[in-house]
Amino acid sequence: MEKSPNQITEDLLRPLLRTSPKYYFAVALLAAVVVVAFAAFGYQAYSGLGVSGLRRPVFWGFYITNFVFWIGISHAGTLISAILRLANATWRRPVTRCAEVITVFALSIGAMFPVIHLGRPWLAFWLIPYPSERQIWPNFRSPLVWDFFAINTYLIGSVAFLTLPILPDWALVRDKASGWRKRVYGFLSLGWRGTPRQWSRLESAMHIMAIVIIPVAVSVHTIVSWDFAMAPVPMWHSTIFGPYFVAGAIFSGIAALILAMACLRKFLHLEDYLKPLHFDNLGKLLLMMSLLWFYFVFAERLTTWYGNEPSEMAVFWTTQQGAYAPLFWTMVFCNFLLPFPILAIKRLRTITGTVIASTAVVAGMWLERFLIIVPSLSHKFLPYNWGTYRPTWVEITIMVGTFAGMALLYALFAKAVPIISIWELKLGLHEKSEVRSQETEGRGKLAFGGQEKLET
Amino acid sequence: MKLSTKKRPLYGLIAEFDNPDDLLAAAHRAHAEGYRRMDAFTPLPVEGLAEAVGFVSTRLPLVVLIGGLCGCIGGFLLQYYPNVMDYPLNIGGKPLDSWPAFIPVTFELTILGAALFAVFGMLAMNGLPTPYHPVFNAPRFELASRNRFFLCIKARDPRFDLEKTRQFMTGLKAREVSEVEV
Repeated sequence: MEKSPNQITEDLLRPLLRTSPKYYFAVALLAAVVVVAFAAFGYQAYSGLGVSGLRRPVFWGFYITNFVFWIGISHAGTLISAILRLANATWRRPVTRCAEVITVFALSIGAMFPVIHLGRPWLAFWLIPYPSERQIWPNFRSPLVWDFFAINTYLIGSVAFLTLPILPDWALVRDKASGWRKRVYGFLSLGWRGTPRQWSRLESAMHIMAIVIIPVAVSVHTIVSWDFAMAPVPMWHSTIFGPYFVAGAIFSGIAALILAMACLRKFLHLEDYLKPLHFDNLGKLLLMMSLLWFYFVFAERLTTWYGNEPSEMAVFWTTQQGAYAPLFWTMVFCNFLLPFPILAIKRLRTITGTVIASTAVVAGMWLERFLIIVPSLSHKFLPYNWGTYRPTWVEITIMVGTFAGMALLYALFAKAVPIISIWELKLGLHEKSEVRSQETEGRGKLAFGGQEKLET
Repeated sequence: MKLSTKKRPLYGLIAEFDNPDDLLAAAHRAHAEGYRRMDAFTPLPVEGLAEAVGFVSTRLPLVVLIGGLCGCIGGFLLQYYPNVMDYPLNIGGKPLDSWPAFIPVTFELTILGAALFAVFGMLAMNGLPTPYHPVFNAPRFELASRNRFFLCIKARDPRFDLEKTRQFMTGLKAREVSEVEV
């Protein structure tokens, strides 16, 4: 049964205007975890990096794993949404905003990790090129500086891409709400009136943003991969890393999007908007990325094995059958062996099925990032320099804190902004009814007008 | 209908419609009638409405191109100036102007410039933020973001005449025609 435009307004504004005690409880719980994580970071900043598990030779541990992981998750949104917009996939409408939000928050969290990882995090601003009394500039030939520019461009672009289509929805909330909400949303909506000129420019800006954001998203994870590939470390120094990282990022991003949509559907009662169709379609995308990911892992392993470089083979065997083998085979299970049958068999590609597969993929992709970083660093060229890595409670707390932080930010966002773009949904209905009325000569037109029940 | 007794100047007349098709038809008729200074307010983009109220095309793409070029040139100079002119430093025997290494940052800043110009260009050309606008005084205008479609003929229009225009607008399938004060 299709919803009427008024029903859409009512359903999607409900979370903004009504809040249950359970919501406050959940937010308080998540905020508490985040506060603990910040305290752990404060402890580390005060005492020094020695309280973490980072030791010679493994100086990149959980922090950089989480950095790569979260930047990867951020490819859910902007990239998928931009591609679906440009391809004009009509089923995209309820999905795009949920996805774009993931990008903005996952990217903010990911970008924090290099700073957490610094011995003196208060000097992070040295990455910004500006004429200073120090008289030195960042080394622009270093991928770490490229990272700074790529991630910030991606973040600013994603915020813009997310905010542009929110403007008319904020205007809707402004006109519907009363009291302090009216004032806040009146301020946020900037006096949007919905004139044809405004719509035309807004749609034009959205279209341009969708085009320019795709190469940025691809470049971001490519540059992250160059942080590794440009270093002469066994199994890092590889030309495959760029596409390998991007494929993995999109893979984990789609999985994160499916999980976020399942949570929204359950907690905000959006069963009529986020339908099995959306999970089915995203499940197919996930299946495709799972195959692609498996191909890349296979290609990476095959070329290493065939090349038979002794220093690389040391890393190779430690992941295949040595100390890291349990993690490696768990990763293969989570990223391929489990999701592949679930997603390939149509009967299993249900909401529950895709959620199970996505949970496995998120865990598997985290392991992948870990397995790229730690085994290589702990088995560098000379055996006297071999070592191991064990995270301390500080790293684990901060990592758990980022997951809670993601959930917290998402929950707060869903309270402040309609999580599904209302006007785009109405536009979709309108376009569909236009087509239908052409077929049936005027019958079956969409009925605007009428009154809503929900008042505030 | 009784005329307003207050002496405030008039911004225009606004008509409320139930659906986009009636609004579009009304805009076309108003245009045919010779009205040029009019505007519409809709909760979703209506195809063909921009042309109907006399809006040809947006120059936003040009603005974005300029933004992208600024970002591109600025981004390259941002790296060229410190490395070649301000503080030449031999790093690994590479030439000072090792431009291939400058491409990633140049590319990112090109996109950043384009994106910022797209967003702020859109806002500026749309006159946003608009803290006050007369149409917000129109009765029931809060429905313009929800489920009603409004057409406003401005008093500035040379053909505007309160009584005649009101009569014309009432005959347009409008639910209601009302005055908007400045």
